[in-house]
Amino acid sequence: MKTFWENFYNWIDERVKLEDLVKFMGKKYVPVNRHSIWYYFGGVSLFFFIIQVTTGILLLFYYKGSSDLAFESIQFIMSKVKFGWLIRSMHAWAANLLILSAFIHMFSVYFEKAYRKPREITWVTGMLMFFLCLGFGFSGYLLPWNTLSFFATKVGTDIAGAVPFIGEPLKIFIRGGQDVTGATLSRLFGFHVALFPGIFTLLLAIHLILIQRQGISEPLHFQDKPKTEKKTMPFFPNFLLRDLLLWLIVLNILAILAVFFPAELGHKADPFSSAPAGIKPEWYFLFMFQSLKYFPSHILFAEGEVVGILLFGAAGLLWLLVPFWDRKSSRGERNKFVNYLGLFAVIFIIILTILGWWS
Amino acid sequence: MDNVQGKPVRKNRRDFLKYLLGAGLLGFAASVFYPIIAYLKPPKQSEVEVTSVSAGKLSELEKDSGKIIRFGNKPVILIRTASGELRALSAVCTHLECTVQYRKDMGLIWCACHNGKYDLNGRNISGPPPRPLDPYRVVVKGDEIFISKMT
Repeated sequence: MKTFWENFYNWIDERVKLEDLVKFMGKKYVPVNRHSIWYYFGGVSLFFFIIQVTTGILLLFYYKGSSDLAFESIQFIMSKVKFGWLIRSMHAWAANLLILSAFIHMFSVYFEKAYRKPREITWVTGMLMFFLCLGFGFSGYLLPWNTLSFFATKVGTDIAGAVPFIGEPLKIFIRGGQDVTGATLSRLFGFHVALFPGIFTLLLAIHLILIQRQGISEPLHFQDKPKTEKKTMPFFPNFLLRDLLLWLIVLNILAILAVFFPAELGHKADPFSSAPAGIKPEWYFLFMFQSLKYFPSHILFAEGEVVGILLFGAAGLLWLLVPFWDRKSSRGERNKFVNYLGLFAVIFIIILTILGWWS
Repeated sequence: MDNVQGKPVRKNRRDFLKYLLGAGLLGFAASVFYPIIAYLKPPKQSEVEVTSVSAGKLSELEKDSGKIIRFGNKPVILIRTASGELRALSAVCTHLECTVQYRKDMGLIWCACHNGKYDLNGRNISGPPPRPLDPYRVVVKGDEIFISKMT
C-alpha cells in the first residue's frame, strides 16, 4: 500500500513533473580534496542569512522605527518580551558571524580561483551580496538609536559625502536631510528591512541557481587529474547532510554566544552630546577606519579622507572585477600575482583590524 | 514597380513606428521614475533661523570646563578656560562631523572619533581634521551667557 507521502509526491509529480527537478538537483558533485573544508562556508553564510531573516522578522513585531521610540522599543524587547533578549542577541551575533563566514567564503573562492570562466557571474553576485551585507551591518547598527550608532552613522554617511561629485547628494539621500535625524533612522530602517533583503534575495537566487547549473568549481590542481583519480561526493544527499550537521553545530555556537554575551544597548542617542571616548565602528569596518586615521589631513590638493576613500573604492572595484582581468586562471594557468594580491589584502585587513582594536 | 517603390516607404513607416514606440517607452520610464526620484529627495524643512541663544549662567560654568550648547539644530561648544575666558566654537568636528569635547587633561578640544585635536581658538593642531572649528560670538549680560553667530 502506498503511504500518504508517496501519494502526495505522485499527485504533485503528475502535475509539475518533479522528475526533471530531482535530476537537476542530483547532478551536482562536490570535489573531495584537501581544500574541501572551504566548500562549507558558502552554506554556513546561507544559514546565517536564514537566521537573520527569521530573527529579523521576529524583531519587527516589537521594534518601532522612529527616533522617539526606537531605543525604548529595544529596551522593551530586551527586558519585557519573553526571549526578546535572545532573539535580539542572536540577530546581533549572527550578523557578525555572517560577515565573518562571508569573508572566509570570499577569500577561499578567491584563492581557489573559483571565479574563473565560466563562473564570473557567480563571483559578481557573491561580491554584491557581500557589499549588501556590509550595508545591512551599517543600516542595522543605527536602528537601536544609541550614542554609538548615532555617531557611527554620522561618520559613515559623512565618508560617503566625501566621494567626489556624487558624494553630497548621496549623503543627503542616505540621511534624508542635511543631518543625521529621525529621518535617517526611517530611511535606514527601510533599507534594512525591505530594500536590501529584496535585492539580496534576487542575487542569492541567481547565485544558487548558477552553482546548481554549473556545478561546483574544481580547483586548478584537481581539474587536471585523470577522471579516475578525481574523488567526488554527490551534493545530494551526502554533502547536504554534512552541511546540515554543520548548521546544527553553528546554531549551537550562536546560541552559546547569544546567551553568554548578549547584545548591549548603551545610552540613547543625544545629538547634543559629545562623541564618547573610545568610539569605534564594528570590527568589519575597523581596518578601513584605522587606515583613514593614518591619512594626513591633506595630500597634495585633496583632503586625506577623499584620497583614502578613492583608494578603497578602487581596491573594491579591482576585487569585484577579478574574473575579468585575471585571464590566466581562466586559461588554466597559474597566476601568482592574484595570490600575492590576495595575501596582501588578508594581511592588511588583519593587521589594521588588530591595530584598530587595540588603539 | 510597386514592390521597389513600396519597400522603402514601408521601411520608413516601420522606423517611424519604432521611434514612436521607443519614445513612448522612454516617456513611460520617465513618468514612472521621475516621481520616485523626486519622492526620495528629502523636502526642505523651514528652520527657524537662530541668531542667538542663551547658554546658561556664568556662575554655573566652572573654570577650565566646557559644555555643549544647542544652537538651532547644531551643537556649539562653550569653553571657560583656566584663566576664566569664554570661547564658543562649532562643536562639529571638521573631519567627519562627530561632536567634539573639552579635555581638561590636555587643555584642548578633542574629538573621540578619530583623535582630532584643536586648540582653544579652534585651530586644528593634530590628527585628521582639515579645517579649524567655526567661532561663535560670546556675550555676557549680567550673569547670563549668550552665544550668537559671527556676522
